[in-house]
Amino acid sequence: MAEQPYGLIATFDTASGVYHAAETVRDAGYKNWDCITPYPVHGLDKAMGLKRSLVPVFSLAGGIGGVIAGVGLIYFTAAIDYKLILAGRPFFSPIPAIPVIVELGIALSAFSAVAGMIVLCRFPMLYHPVLKSDRIISALDDKYLIVIEACDPMFSPTRTKDLLEKLGGLDVKELEA
Amino acid sequence: MSSNVEISASTQAILAEVNPASNPRPVLVLNDRSHAWITEKVCGIIEGKTPLWWWVCFAVSCSIAGCSVIGFTYLVSTGVGVWGHASPANWAWDIINFVFWVGIAHAGTLISAILCLTRQNWRTSINRTAEAMTIFSIACAGLFPALHVGRVWLAVLPGYLFPAPNANGIWPNFRSALEWDVFAVNTYGSVSLVFWYVGMIPDLGVLRDRFFKRGDKLRSGIYGFFAMGWRGSARHWVHHEMAYLLLAGIGTLMVVSVCSIVSFDFATSLIPGWHTTIFPPYFVSGAIFSGFAMVLTILLPMRAIFKFEDFITAYHIDCLCKITLVMGTLVGYAYLMEFIIAWYGANPNEGFTFVNRTFGLYDWAYWIMFSCNVITPQFFWFKKVRSNFAFIFVLTIFINIGMWFERFVIIVTSLARDYLPSSWGYYSPSIVEILTYFGTFGVFSMLFLLFFRFLPIIPMSEVKTVTLQADVHGGKHS
Repeated sequence: MAEQPYGLIATFDTASGVYHAAETVRDAGYKNWDCITPYPVHGLDKAMGLKRSLVPVFSLAGGIGGVIAGVGLIYFTAAIDYKLILAGRPFFSPIPAIPVIVELGIALSAFSAVAGMIVLCRFPMLYHPVLKSDRIISALDDKYLIVIEACDPMFSPTRTKDLLEKLGGLDVKELEA
Repeated sequence: MSSNVEISASTQAILAEVNPASNPRPVLVLNDRSHAWITEKVCGIIEGKTPLWWWVCFAVSCSIAGCSVIGFTYLVSTGVGVWGHASPANWAWDIINFVFWVGIAHAGTLISAILCLTRQNWRTSINRTAEAMTIFSIACAGLFPALHVGRVWLAVLPGYLFPAPNANGIWPNFRSALEWDVFAVNTYGSVSLVFWYVGMIPDLGVLRDRFFKRGDKLRSGIYGFFAMGWRGSARHWVHHEMAYLLLAGIGTLMVVSVCSIVSFDFATSLIPGWHTTIFPPYFVSGAIFSGFAMVLTILLPMRAIFKFEDFITAYHIDCLCKITLVMGTLVGYAYLMEFIIAWYGANPNEGFTFVNRTFGLYDWAYWIMFSCNVITPQFFWFKKVRSNFAFIFVLTIFINIGMWFERFVIIVTSLARDYLPSSWGYYSPSIVEILTYFGTFGVFSMLFLLFFRFLPIIPMSEVKTVTLQADVHGGKHS
């Protein structure tokens, strides 16, 4: 079945090679493309023109949720469900509730940060054309890849290939979908 | 020559006069190792054959862990009376061991969280092991509160520990520091586990692909399941780095809060020697101190066995020793400050407690604690000591012992000699307590051996970021 390829894939040997290539691809106006690197290359997000991650929003929401859960748990158990008279103290007092509220806030903001990462990365993603490529093993080791997807409006099998080759991309090939 | 390198004649004259020492950044991966070498070195441990020493150590660890199993089984089947607790010391080795293990956990979080926020790049090669130590020691710590309730099945329902109403519909009392502990320790354990896992995702992806290439579908599938489809995408790295940074920030808050809450177990009571405001910072610095000693106890043999000299350099060990020195000195300061406050506070019971700690029935424990925790770290002032790894190893063992005795001194001396002389007593542990505690070391080392065998013990992707090859500007970052 002659399907349309997923895109073009090029290998780079050095971090600075992929970094400068990414700057050019970004400036050329491509949108649906990606760099595959074995570690977070410093500054590559800016070189690719990526926006700041939204993970903190998830984390903040989780933290607020945790604090509400902590207050709610203690308020419900001590002041609503079973009012226990303890030496005439108020049923709900915020001071001794602080440790539990803080810990629940910490726990939920941490879990939400991770959940946010998973959602934003669309994990678990057990199938992806890049994972099927035999280059992934070296790209998680010491090589760097640039993948430009065929669905990009700027994509052209010849011009994109020329661009990647001009930027120093090695072994520029079509990537099977 | 570019303009920023040009130096005027007058500046040169000043430079010649003051002769500034060159202060190059320390190299964190020695011998200019390539990225491929790093991957091969770390994955090679998992892919290679299980060495004989591993089986021997694992068998020994399992046998030691068996002591805990026997101790706990006897406890649960018979009752908490099998421990040596008796009025007035109704609390002893269970809480001592709990605080001891929780304390050790703190160094892992400090290395992974606080050193990440302060951009101490040397943490990269040791943080995976340190975090593993955190998780395993929380597991050991958690055994004691869970099992000290005796009928463990009641810990969850009806709510001896976790908030669930008991038979009369009464909820746990949230004014109790012990209930705070439940939340603190569970948060600590679960967030540390998540932190450890998130950092490991990229490395699990590496293992998935390597096993796939070797045709090992089973292991590739297991690592792949946990890697969740990681493919090193720069779009994923952005989220991953952000999540990791946030976890570091949250972890910093956590490391300070958890041991503070553990110290509230004592500080919110009215027992002399416990009811002091110094307890939260004192416990946190003690925890970090004991944890760094344990990190060194683990890292030094690990470095030798796996030949990690290029990752865990003399510089790493030097840094760890310096932090141990700072923390040990802080702990020593806290010991002395307790005496000053007891004297200055002019409370006769408080004053008596501290004199009794130092010269009373348990003076042997106090002096073991004092010499191990205050004198031992002072050796780290000397560069010669910080570069003698065998000696460091011996010193850290002393610190581990001293920090256990610190908890013993705080807990037992205060309880055995409180306000009423008519209720004074002398606590000594039963064989069941001793066996149970001894066994937790087996649990700890068993978990560590499994970690050494099946997981990437050096965070490959993080170590690669601190190599020279990773610098996209070729060392000329403006």
